[in-house]
Amino acid sequence: MSLLEIRNLHICLPEGSERPFAVEAVNLDLAPNEILCIVGESGSGKSLTARAVMGLLPKPHVRVTHGSIKMDGEDLVNVSDARMREIRGSDISMIFQEPMTALNPVMTIGDQIDEVFRFHVSMKKKERRQKALALLSDVHLPDPLQIMLAYPHELSGGQRQRAMIAMALALDPKILIADEPTTALDVTTQAQILKLIKEMQASHNTGVLFITHDFGVVADIADRVAVMQQGKLVESGTTDEVLNNPQHPYTQALIAAVPSLSPRQPRDQSAEPVLQVEALTKVFRSGGGFFGFGGEERMVKAASDVTLELRKGETLGIVGESGSGKSTVARCIVRLVDADDGKILLNGTDLRPLSRAEMRPLRANIQMVFQDPFASLNPRTRVGKIISQGPLIQGVPIKEAQAKARELLSIVGLDKRAYDRYPHEFSGGQRQRIGIARALALNPDVLVADEPVSALDVSIQAQILKLLDKIRERMTLSMIFITHDLRVAAQVCDRLAVMRYGEVVETGPTAEIFANPQAAYTKELLAAVPGQSWSTA
Amino acid sequence: MRNFWKLFKRNRSAVAGLVILLFIIVMAATAHLFFPEDPFRLVGRSMSAPGTNGFLLGSDSLGRDVASGIAHGAKTSLLIGLLATIVAVGFGTIMGGLAGYYGGIIDDLLMRITEMFQTIPSFVFAILLVAIMKPSIESIVIAIAVVSWPAVARLVRGEFLSLKNREFVQACHTLGMSDIRIMLGEILPNCLSPIIVIGSLMVATAILIESGLAFLGLGDPNIMSWGFQVGAGRTLLRSAWWIVTFPGLAILITVLAINLVGEGLNDALNPRLRERQ
Repeated sequence: MSLLEIRNLHICLPEGSERPFAVEAVNLDLAPNEILCIVGESGSGKSLTARAVMGLLPKPHVRVTHGSIKMDGEDLVNVSDARMREIRGSDISMIFQEPMTALNPVMTIGDQIDEVFRFHVSMKKKERRQKALALLSDVHLPDPLQIMLAYPHELSGGQRQRAMIAMALALDPKILIADEPTTALDVTTQAQILKLIKEMQASHNTGVLFITHDFGVVADIADRVAVMQQGKLVESGTTDEVLNNPQHPYTQALIAAVPSLSPRQPRDQSAEPVLQVEALTKVFRSGGGFFGFGGEERMVKAASDVTLELRKGETLGIVGESGSGKSTVARCIVRLVDADDGKILLNGTDLRPLSRAEMRPLRANIQMVFQDPFASLNPRTRVGKIISQGPLIQGVPIKEAQAKARELLSIVGLDKRAYDRYPHEFSGGQRQRIGIARALALNPDVLVADEPVSALDVSIQAQILKLLDKIRERMTLSMIFITHDLRVAAQVCDRLAVMRYGEVVETGPTAEIFANPQAAYTKELLAAVPGQSWSTA
Repeated sequence: MRNFWKLFKRNRSAVAGLVILLFIIVMAATAHLFFPEDPFRLVGRSMSAPGTNGFLLGSDSLGRDVASGIAHGAKTSLLIGLLATIVAVGFGTIMGGLAGYYGGIIDDLLMRITEMFQTIPSFVFAILLVAIMKPSIESIVIAIAVVSWPAVARLVRGEFLSLKNREFVQACHTLGMSDIRIMLGEILPNCLSPIIVIGSLMVATAILIESGLAFLGLGDPNIMSWGFQVGAGRTLLRSAWWIVTFPGLAILITVLAINLVGEGLNDALNPRLRERQ
């Protein structure tokens, strides 16, 4: 007997969209006390499927056109709005990707949990409070009394997600829908939240519909897996079947694209350093206001005493969680941010004390690839100009710069016609290729890549990593590669520097760090990588 | 461009506004063909009702043609509205752009200056400026621009603040691009849409301020203007309603049309609204 039965579900998209149906002929079953993972890349329709169950589709343009969603025999597609409101929260509840936006920022956590009870059951105020406290301690939040009075911004990302889970489970729903609940979290927090969801699911006997794009997470949490592509269900089965013996070519390709956790073979490299960072320190100050007469200044040490060495032809990975200062270090190195102290020696020249004008001729030697392919290209500039801009500024004749831009387009695997187009005509992966071409246009010695693949789907991610590898060989680049994803780091980097709270806690060859981590934090990070028990070939 | 027209066309009232506005522009441009006489000239019997004595919209207490005044007044209104807006948008964009881009002390300084202008009620400030400078087209344009630029400066500052931290701007820094080029070539084109929208709405406000000034007798004495006509006829409202009514309607319709067009531009250019549909 299944708890949730989705049959022949069709969800249409507004006219003029890429395809007529967001979700097409999907059949799914969810049993009580089971975790079903829906996996897919962006645009696969996995989130819309979940939203259809909750009755949260952006109607009227996106709506269910055929099929049924039955919960214990009751068809959720055709119920009245009033009944749906009853069901939401009490029978089905949902947790979202970004707990900061899913929680009301001007209400305390306690009030928000209380609301759930007030709307669905009649209980005395005291009783509700007792219940809320119990829930908060169930999700292992420290000091529930304090948390009740806290506002969302006063909690960390992990704590917010715990509070969300507490709220979602307040009325013992039969079904919990989790839409990428750990994607916005750091890997160590993610591991804890996954454990918590699993634990709560077992103790409450809930059926969980878990939406994710991450196969590591699937391996850790799922009982059964459904793979979606372009709105269609391509494969479903038990976790073991799908992950270890995928039948559909799309699933096979997706799984093959997941980077392996076993580090790559170290490459030959010279011992000659191109870039040395010595005792780099950066403190961010905020507050002050009105000519400095405002509030008190706050100081955040984003980087303290960071020392790194990049040798010729190698890729140095800087890994760490959000707030570890890895991006700040990268920005200091390319002089987007002025460091407070320390040395940045590029081929022996210290970049730190240089003024903007003095820095200009040296810019060509060190270039950056940015994280967000949608924000890193000017939407109003043609691709050809974006790429040729750098050489033009550095005084290369216009004909030469244009020829170079065309050549780079073919190197990064884009069509010649891309030259005259605007960035919005390209997909995320293609845009990242344009960003790489822009950085390469100046023939840099050092390329700083700040999370270049973390905004991309896993199959695109694999292609971009391959491209970076190819370019590195071809142009003998040295690269600083910043990432939060240890799987990616394992595949790309020759050496690693692990950062936390603005400090480098450990450096060494990638293979050594993976095999034998020294610092306690590195061990913790490695242990938190999802899907370790399952290894891809 | 075609795409823009398609988006603009969706808002029907905006298209209606555009048609009215075009009509007013044509009227202003052809005023000297249909009414070759100076609008201040006394051309017939005073206080003639509309349709009598050869006056389409009647004549005022001195025998001036109201229709001629409206046609010539359109030129004044549009000219002053446009000029004042161009000056205000230009100056406001420079101030807001510098404040937003450089931040820190420059931002503090420029924004405090902007706030100083905002503390004075704008119409009173405009009256004061015109009274000090002597009424003339230039002084009216300057007065309207002076009271209008702070809004543009604030808007542009906000846009620059958010755009300067975008990765594509940072990428330009890493390429070694100069500040001026980043501001003009990279950031400004990306905030043109809101500037165009606020500018179009500002034309309407400028026309209103100009009419108000002329109504109070602070218009350029040598140029016919709607506000002047309303002001001159206000004492005769009961005996000769047409003297104030038609110029008043002209002001109303023009301001309404410009506002409709401005709203249509906003709908078409604002990406957040575009997604909603």
